[in-house]
Amino acid sequence: MNCRSQTLELTVEARQIEETVLAVLHTVLLHRSSGKFHYKKEGTYSIGTVGTEDVDCDFVDCTYVRVSSDELDRTLRRSVGEFKDALRNSGSDGSGQISLEFYQKKKSRWPFSDECIPWEVWAFKLNVVNLANEQERQICREKVGEKLGEKIINIIEVMNRHEYLPKMPTQSEVDNVFDTGLRDVQPYLYKISYQITDSLGTSVSTTMRRLIKDTLAL
Amino acid sequence: MDGELTLQDKKDLDKFIKFFALKTVQVIVQARLGEKICTRSSSSPTGSDWFNLAIKDIPEVTHEAKKALAGQLPGIGRSMCVEISLKTSEGDSMELETWCLEMNEKCDKEIKVSYTVYNRLSLLLKSLLAITRVTPAYKLSRKQGHDYVILYRIYFGEVQLNGLGEGFQTVRVGMVGTPVGTITLSCAYRTNLAFMSGRQLERTPPIMGIIIDHFVDRPYSGSSPLHPCNYRATGEDDAGTFPSVEDSQEVCTTSFSTSPPSQMIVPSKEGGIPVLPLHPAPGTQADHDRMPLCNLTDMNQHVAATPSSSGETELLSKSSEGKSGTPQDTLETTFTRKVGAFVNKPTNQVIAANMDLPFAVFASKIVESEDTDVMVNPPDSPTLESPLHASLHSDQSSGSSGLTQDEFVMVELKPAFSKDDFLPMDLGTFYREFQNPPQLSSLSIDISAQSMAEDLDSLPEKLAIYEKNMEEFDAFVDTLQ
Repeated sequence: MNCRSQTLELTVEARQIEETVLAVLHTVLLHRSSGKFHYKKEGTYSIGTVGTEDVDCDFVDCTYVRVSSDELDRTLRRSVGEFKDALRNSGSDGSGQISLEFYQKKKSRWPFSDECIPWEVWAFKLNVVNLANEQERQICREKVGEKLGEKIINIIEVMNRHEYLPKMPTQSEVDNVFDTGLRDVQPYLYKISYQITDSLGTSVSTTMRRLIKDTLAL
Repeated sequence: MDGELTLQDKKDLDKFIKFFALKTVQVIVQARLGEKICTRSSSSPTGSDWFNLAIKDIPEVTHEAKKALAGQLPGIGRSMCVEISLKTSEGDSMELETWCLEMNEKCDKEIKVSYTVYNRLSLLLKSLLAITRVTPAYKLSRKQGHDYVILYRIYFGEVQLNGLGEGFQTVRVGMVGTPVGTITLSCAYRTNLAFMSGRQLERTPPIMGIIIDHFVDRPYSGSSPLHPCNYRATGEDDAGTFPSVEDSQEVCTTSFSTSPPSQMIVPSKEGGIPVLPLHPAPGTQADHDRMPLCNLTDMNQHVAATPSSSGETELLSKSSEGKSGTPQDTLETTFTRKVGAFVNKPTNQVIAANMDLPFAVFASKIVESEDTDVMVNPPDSPTLESPLHASLHSDQSSGSSGLTQDEFVMVELKPAFSKDDFLPMDLGTFYREFQNPPQLSSLSIDISAQSMAEDLDSLPEKLAIYEKNMEEFDAFVDTLQ
């Protein structure tokens, strides 16, 4: 199956990493989350309600909308925190890429394990810079705010192309398509991964490793 | 499903389009109310949440939208538009953006109405939620208050974009194909805000209460009145005047009230309050010029000499100082004094660096005022004690501000966490003072040159003495081992 992928790129200051990544991830997940499904006896289902919440960024001139789910927010923040720490530890002026992958599970017969088949991947590449003084930081704050707004518009453009989405599953299949573990919302199954490139660009080895792993897994 | 639309599907589709239009208007207007929106997710489905999204219904807005639609639905050639404009306290107004819900002839006969169209409309509403926070009018609407308010107008029919000025931009939110046409949602927004820049720094007299003239007739054919986006909900009164919805759909009667005009005084609102929040709202720094100036005039009424809290006193003393200056100066003074806890001096560089962005905008201003400061450019060789004491003690009027004593009261203020050492100065002063210490005497060239010459002359004598006493030295070294 073809998996569509989108890459967004942004140059930010170290302290803006968390907010910009969260803004992008939450915007994507807003569009890829549904209310909780409640299956009824006749094979039909009803869907719960998704609330939304405005989030003001502190280090970027931007406000983004996220799904009202503290659980989801916590999960994302954990992943983003790891990514941010890894980026910072890689030294100044590094870059890294965090990916949000939506996948479907396909049950395989024994002895093979379940396959995870991605159907949409969002890659967010961040270049980190260090700024010398407050004036530059202020300009950066506004500029990154504008750019982040543009990224949000890009995401929305892609979302509204109405390309492939997994079929709505039956009750027995719902866990192969959706993450039903949250209490209040139901996003499509997703996973977050990241890789850090230091200034020497040594991520080639990790990419190769991943490619080989993926090929063998199929 | 090919060819004709079944009756049930047609009915459903009409219903979806109607409620989509109503929800679109709600999202747009609520996004311009000036506050953050938060609705809760609910895992158990309620019958009243259209498109599975928790979007509150403000009764007045629904009423206006229905009035504009007048029983019709958005269709080909019949667009529903929501116009957002800004109106200043002086009565000038300017269109900021126009949101258009249109339909074109491109039909998708194969699509499932009750399922696919519904879900795609839901997705489109989510996109609308996200995009309404990104267009330029959002930041303006978050700062509305005394100086200006944001108004909305709903109209049906032909799209009018003339009022947006030159070079307006268009962003498409999304499209949903249906068997009767393709619904598109887009926004055209103004990019030329030149009108605003001329008015930024003018002192406007304080507006008492909210702007009463909410409804303005616009010179458009079939014009509808403008409504404020930050209306004060009169709660039960209003709910009664609006007819209830005649559909089977349950109406959400929660009225959404924004904070009243006294919000300016409330510390939590970011419209130019002396107490700076730790995490300023977006746009606060960039648009600092637009902070409502009426705060100062309000505060001036309460000039008191009692030094209660350091911040407050600062505000009061400086605001009276500002009376003698031009409005420009007043504005600058305001911002300068917000930063430091000290009466007389420019903001501490140390504090500015630590406190990060809230003071970033003021950085350039701080630099300017430093030039006139006695501390940084001392008239003579720096004397440690007197300039400092002169600035800090209230009985001296030789402060760098050069204003008469009776206009304000100098208060000796101590910053938090500062220790009272032998010199009663704060960290910033100390730092600045000792940044330019006098040169060490031993390092000055002529003195060192002299000593070098002397040393060289006395060298042979010393060598002779040491050679004579060599045995003594050796014995001494042996004792050490």
